[in-house]
Amino acid sequence: MAVVIRVEKIAKRYQLGQLSRKTFFADWRRKLFGGDEPDDAPGVYWALRDVSFDVEQGQVIGILGRNGAGKSTLLKILSSITSPTRGSIKLKGRIASLLEVGTGFHQELSGRDNVFLNGAILGMTRKEVERKFDEIVAFSGVEQFLDTPVKRYSSGMRVRLAFAVAAHLEAELLMIDEVLAVGDASFQAKCLGKIGEVAGSGRTVLFVSHNAATVESLCNRGIVLQSGKVAFDGKQTDALRFYSEANSVNGSSVGDRRDRTGNGEIRIFKIEIRNSRGNPVCTVSSGSELSVWLHFENYAQRQFGSLNARINVRTQLGIPVFTQSNTVTGQPFGELPKKGAFVCKIPRLPIPAATYRISFQIATSYRHGDLIDAVEDAIEMEVESADYFGTGIVPALAGGTSLVDADWRMERVDG
Amino acid sequence: MNSSHTDTARWDKEIVPRRGLLSIPWGELWRYRDLIRQLAVRDVTAQYKQTVLGPAWFIIQPLLTTFVFSFIFGRFRTGADVSAPTAHIPHFLFYMSGLVIWGFFAECVNKTSNTFTKNAQLFSKVYFPRLAVPVGQVFTSLIGFFVQFGVFLLGLGFYWIKKHHFADPAHPFFLEPNWRMLLLPIFLAQAAMLGVGVGLIVSAISTRYRDLAMATGFGVQLWMYGSSIAFPVSELSERNQSILMLNPMVPVVEGMRFAFLGAGTVTAGYLALSAAVCASVMLVGIVMFNRTEQNVMDTV
Repeated sequence: MAVVIRVEKIAKRYQLGQLSRKTFFADWRRKLFGGDEPDDAPGVYWALRDVSFDVEQGQVIGILGRNGAGKSTLLKILSSITSPTRGSIKLKGRIASLLEVGTGFHQELSGRDNVFLNGAILGMTRKEVERKFDEIVAFSGVEQFLDTPVKRYSSGMRVRLAFAVAAHLEAELLMIDEVLAVGDASFQAKCLGKIGEVAGSGRTVLFVSHNAATVESLCNRGIVLQSGKVAFDGKQTDALRFYSEANSVNGSSVGDRRDRTGNGEIRIFKIEIRNSRGNPVCTVSSGSELSVWLHFENYAQRQFGSLNARINVRTQLGIPVFTQSNTVTGQPFGELPKKGAFVCKIPRLPIPAATYRISFQIATSYRHGDLIDAVEDAIEMEVESADYFGTGIVPALAGGTSLVDADWRMERVDG
Repeated sequence: MNSSHTDTARWDKEIVPRRGLLSIPWGELWRYRDLIRQLAVRDVTAQYKQTVLGPAWFIIQPLLTTFVFSFIFGRFRTGADVSAPTAHIPHFLFYMSGLVIWGFFAECVNKTSNTFTKNAQLFSKVYFPRLAVPVGQVFTSLIGFFVQFGVFLLGLGFYWIKKHHFADPAHPFFLEPNWRMLLLPIFLAQAAMLGVGVGLIVSAISTRYRDLAMATGFGVQLWMYGSSIAFPVSELSERNQSILMLNPMVPVVEGMRFAFLGAGTVTAGYLALSAAVCASVMLVGIVMFNRTEQNVMDTV
């Protein structure tokens, strides 16, 4: 396969802090007397350091990394929004970047006018937009409101129209940044389908996302960035595993938490959430199977007569969602090794999309035993929306913290 | 991943830390010509949305300014030497001829001088040749100009009818249609080049430090008083005239009066000098803008 993007030793420096009179004179001194800013000057921040990789035609690459790892900077440089401080990028083919949905929408103009304007901003000619206009409108589902000013649109309608325009771009290289984080779930699914279609048609896609499920299903390669460097480059599933292992939000830092209680005979040093295939993930979807792995080290000099491992799941606002423990399910662990994991498998996660916090408690018994190890809000778990009931309707957290299977019918009651 | 078997023959685009000073993406700009048109149309139509008078605002402003000028500065003109070539030009036509072309120039400066700050949100999310925005702005201003110029022509027609049908001896000035009117595109081009050039320079400089942007609106206003909008150049002494002619807008304004009112102090030499200055300012502006564009999103 031909290489269509070659990224060579890209580095990007940012100047932190306010620009003021002081920096003004410093700027001029540098301009007049020459010299570059020293690489480690105070207030200098390197968002990317010597990033290199090649992209072959048809690859769909997921770019993973925590906030501040340099993902967005990389995408901005690739799409010419800002230029690198060092290094170069060579590209073959027409590029389209979608860093945000609806960029350049004008509030006062109608939906129709905005389709043309947005198309032009994304680099389409008027003819191209005209040719695809009906398709775009049909995809967006806002036919009735085409002549209404966009400012009267709901945010969902705006996003749908904007994505529809972007989705019909004919570009060989497509760069996408988290745009799917908007809109309702059914439209998200539609967008994903469209991106999958694009990816399947042999075009090259670079996709920045936090969403493990999306990356796993859509991409065939993953690049993990860590503090501005390529930390991993390979198969998307391996990249996801690498990312979630390296990601402290997913509980690998729990061993370093100081705010723990208990006598310390057992210490939980890592928490993982694994999907049905046993891969560690950061995100799970409603209704999916998952396991919470509490990795422990056993320092105890004794054997425990009984042991109760418990997890509490709360919303970000602290509202309790559910509690589980091996005592309520009646499943004692038996003799403990020096190292191991308490695993709680949930066959069908009955909670709507939101971010949840999981706390754990290890104690010698369910109610009045000795506390051995406990950390509040030990990890965050991102639950993404899914078609839980299989009807295409996606439940939201606002409707309650749990999803309950049910059966509805109508009874005629006479008299 | 594997770079050994690559076809390095030809890349369509190369992204490097700094483009050459003169590598201005003309081709790209041309490919985005639809965007330029869209931007111009957007600005015209969106400007007067949710107003009662709508596009009438295009002409209300210059008309009122013309009346104010006629009222305030007109007094000084009536006292002037009756043998002066401009003495018999009605106030309305005299001031409006200057104000329409000046208005176009000022629009070009004001609208392009905040290109980066005003479009920061857009520029930080999508790439297109940034020059498309100021170029589109020139076309927006041009549309406004033609509407205002239409009003000026109506005024001209009014006085022409008055002269021919009523043989009004009070206004015996020359305004038969003549070949000099064909110079209008040249005047417009000069005003556009100068306006966009100044605007681009300001926008390029003011991305890091905003001071210059603060001074622009005010500066353009001051510039107007030094641009023979409120007075005819012919009323100045020879020496002052040649000093004033160094202001590249003066030959343009006087040229307008020369072409449409038959009385303006301008020579081909001064007009050519002004054109050269305007073109140079524009080139400097484009180069500076192009230079700034590449990293602007880090500092705006």
